[in-house]
Amino acid sequence: MRKLFVPLTVVTAAMFAYAPVLIAHAAYESTMGLVQKIFYFHVPAWWAMFSGVGICGGASLVYLFKGRPKADALAASAAEVAVLFGLMGLVTGPLWGRKAWGVWWQWDAKLTIALLLELTFVAYLLVRRYGGPGSDKLAAAVGIFGTAVAPFVYEAVNIWRTIHPKTSVVPTLPPGMAGTFWFCVLAFMLLFTLLLTARVQLEYRRVALDELYLRDEDDER
Amino acid sequence: MRRMANGMGTTVARAVVGVLLAIGMTTQAFALQAPAGQEGFVPLDQLPPADQLPAAPLLVTAYAFIWVAVFFYVWTLWRRLGRVERDLAALGRRAPERGRGR
Repeated sequence: MRKLFVPLTVVTAAMFAYAPVLIAHAAYESTMGLVQKIFYFHVPAWWAMFSGVGICGGASLVYLFKGRPKADALAASAAEVAVLFGLMGLVTGPLWGRKAWGVWWQWDAKLTIALLLELTFVAYLLVRRYGGPGSDKLAAAVGIFGTAVAPFVYEAVNIWRTIHPKTSVVPTLPPGMAGTFWFCVLAFMLLFTLLLTARVQLEYRRVALDELYLRDEDDER
Repeated sequence: MRRMANGMGTTVARAVVGVLLAIGMTTQAFALQAPAGQEGFVPLDQLPPADQLPAAPLLVTAYAFIWVAVFFYVWTLWRRLGRVERDLAALGRRAPERGRGR
């Protein structure tokens, strides 16, 4: 991954630079018009968030039951990146809703669970940061709980009555929108991979630093 | 050891209670701010003129926010990594000095 990091960064930056051009040329949605184009960043941001949540949950399970420190580092990194992309989804959604629905926010099932999912992973980070020794295992449990909530966020529009567009929107996109959408999805997934890789490296260095501090304390005794 | 575990448990419990309280208070605050009369869907063209917003600023704000969020996060990563590397280097310098002291 280290060898690929720089070329992938260049490719991702180029894709993000070109994305607005593609989005500007994408077909207009007949009822919503220009504001519908927020969709090209809003949906991929949530998909990246779900990827982070899934990785955090899987790595938390491995850490909790096998005790592998690398899994803990991956879980903590994925949770942080998931919060970042979740925040993007939670900010861009209301900007679209203000125009499409006439309100910034509605307390319907989809939006409320999405907010709770974000707050669950904020809680994960807070527990890790301020929980003291042993909080990594408690945080892992929070991560697994958050991951269990994620499918409900995705399926909320199909389970409950909600004003949010259904999951059938993406598979039924017309050709004038589908190409742009999948381009943006790829750009976001590349960005997610790069940020996660960088964050995992930071976590590994932190673990190395903690081990050195402990060894240093032992030497002093 | 048990005292340490108890102290750790208290800290964790405090953190969890704090997070739960924050979520509860946030939800309450948002619930109180919900404007009245939004139970039904109102078509866009039936909204009062003040609510018929131009779409372009919303679109630009959405994209700008994403760029700002990514750059801010990359900056925090770079800063944290720099701090860790500095600490690692400082510890690396201290180890041989201590070895010579013995």
